[in-house]
Amino acid sequence: MTGRRLIFPNSGVCRNLVISRIMTSPASYSIVVESKPSAVTGIFQQIQAKLIDHNFGKDDIFAVHLTLEEAFLNAVKHGNKMDPSKKVKVEYSIDANKIEISITDQGPGFQPEAVDDPRFGENLFKPGGRGLLLMNSYMDMVKFNQEGNCVSMVRYKEKPYLKKMPDQ
Amino acid sequence: MTAIQPNIGVEYSENATIISFTEEKILEEKDINSLQESIMSVIEQTERINLILDFSNVKFLSSAVLGLLIRISKRIYEHDGRLRLCNIDPKIYEIFKITRLTKTFDIYKNVESAIKDLS
Repeated sequence: MTGRRLIFPNSGVCRNLVISRIMTSPASYSIVVESKPSAVTGIFQQIQAKLIDHNFGKDDIFAVHLTLEEAFLNAVKHGNKMDPSKKVKVEYSIDANKIEISITDQGPGFQPEAVDDPRFGENLFKPGGRGLLLMNSYMDMVKFNQEGNCVSMVRYKEKPYLKKMPDQ
Repeated sequence: MTAIQPNIGVEYSENATIISFTEEKILEEKDINSLQESIMSVIEQTERINLILDFSNVKFLSSAVLGLLIRISKRIYEHDGRLRLCNIDPKIYEIFKITRLTKTFDIYKNVESAIKDLS
């Protein structure tokens, strides 16, 4: 939201519009950062604050933290090949029930179905290849774009507040 | 306990070397590389090491740490040693279960039970 205010720094009307948008629909955010592993720390801190604001529990926060770390590191290492001139874009939206995160790198992409399952055979003894499995395990939905350089993930709140049923 | 920079403490019992991770989160690649260097040097110093890795302080780790553990276990195996993990937080144990590394590693409730197993 800060970015929008910078575009129209003197517009009170615009600010009001932005605020009303936050109140009525999932808040959406987009961040572009340098392609280095440590850049994920600040992003997670932002997301964590918003998860807490929306009453997500510790298990949700752990899951989002883990998948964000895994997906971001994949983007930096395997997507952008540790090229410091490249960028990673993280977009997320959050409401009372779910968080959606997408991470895009500037690499050529990959085919997720071609990644070996790390749980079987000699793969079990290989040091790498578990990030994707953890992302799939901790998120409710994980989807790659056709190029394979953008992953979108959704996690629904583990323990949403139970709504009282109206009397029959 | 001897403090080794960075991020680990080393303690020696009668039949085992106990390395505890001092950080709550193990994430950064440079930290993982430093950990690897420190732990490998401990392994090299002891013939047929019985090594216990104590996770009691660790509340969060990523798959990069799992890779580190596999490299450590291979090195220990090459040196005819034995490796035990202990005090793993339930949330982190879940990561071991999902990745099936519970089948690869010998995981114990605490340091005492790991030492007893190595006796």
